[in-house]
Amino acid sequence: MTIELTHFSAALLFAVFASVVFGITQRTTAHDQLRYGLYCFAMFVGGVFVAGWLMWLVRR
Amino acid sequence: MANPLTAKPKASLEPERPSIVQPQITTMSVLAPALGWLIPGAGHLIQRRWIRGLLLMASIVTMFLLGLTMQGRVYKPNGGDILDILGFIGDLGSGGLYIITRVMDWGQGAIAHAIADFGTKFIIVAGLLNFISVADAYHIAIGKKP
Repeated sequence: MTIELTHFSAALLFAVFASVVFGITQRTTAHDQLRYGLYCFAMFVGGVFVAGWLMWLVRR
Repeated sequence: MANPLTAKPKASLEPERPSIVQPQITTMSVLAPALGWLIPGAGHLIQRRWIRGLLLMASIVTMFLLGLTMQGRVYKPNGGDILDILGFIGDLGSGGLYIITRVMDWGQGAIAHAIADFGTKFIIVAGLLNFISVADAYHIAIGKKP
């Protein structure tokens, strides 16, 4: 069985799973874990857009 | 001459050294990381951190399986290129998942697909995330983290 993901959907899935683990392991209280997980997810997705635009500029 | 048994000790001018508290080695502090490595999330589950354990298990196992279904490559033990060695160390973090994959001879990788390279990275990162999860299970076991 194989699946074909786009680059963006693969990056989103990566961000979700990594953020869950970072949130749980790097903070102690449930509230802080949720907040840190969301922060990591936002940073991952933000990084994807920044990298995308940088590559677009390099390509020009 | 003062009796040494009754004489008051002189006030020391040296500041007291803070005592270094060594973490106590318990059965759980060994079992939780070992089990957590073998089965991602199990180190938390055995310590009754149900939600954390299930979330970790779901994240790491799903990431590993996604990597495999994206035709990612699983590294074998090797002594060649440094990136291959690091890839093997990352993969090894998945514990039981890595062992099953090697036994079943999955994860041969498909060079023709660009997405297969993402799959390889998914598998490596799943292992690295499990290393963090194992360290967290240990910290819970020694009481450093609630």
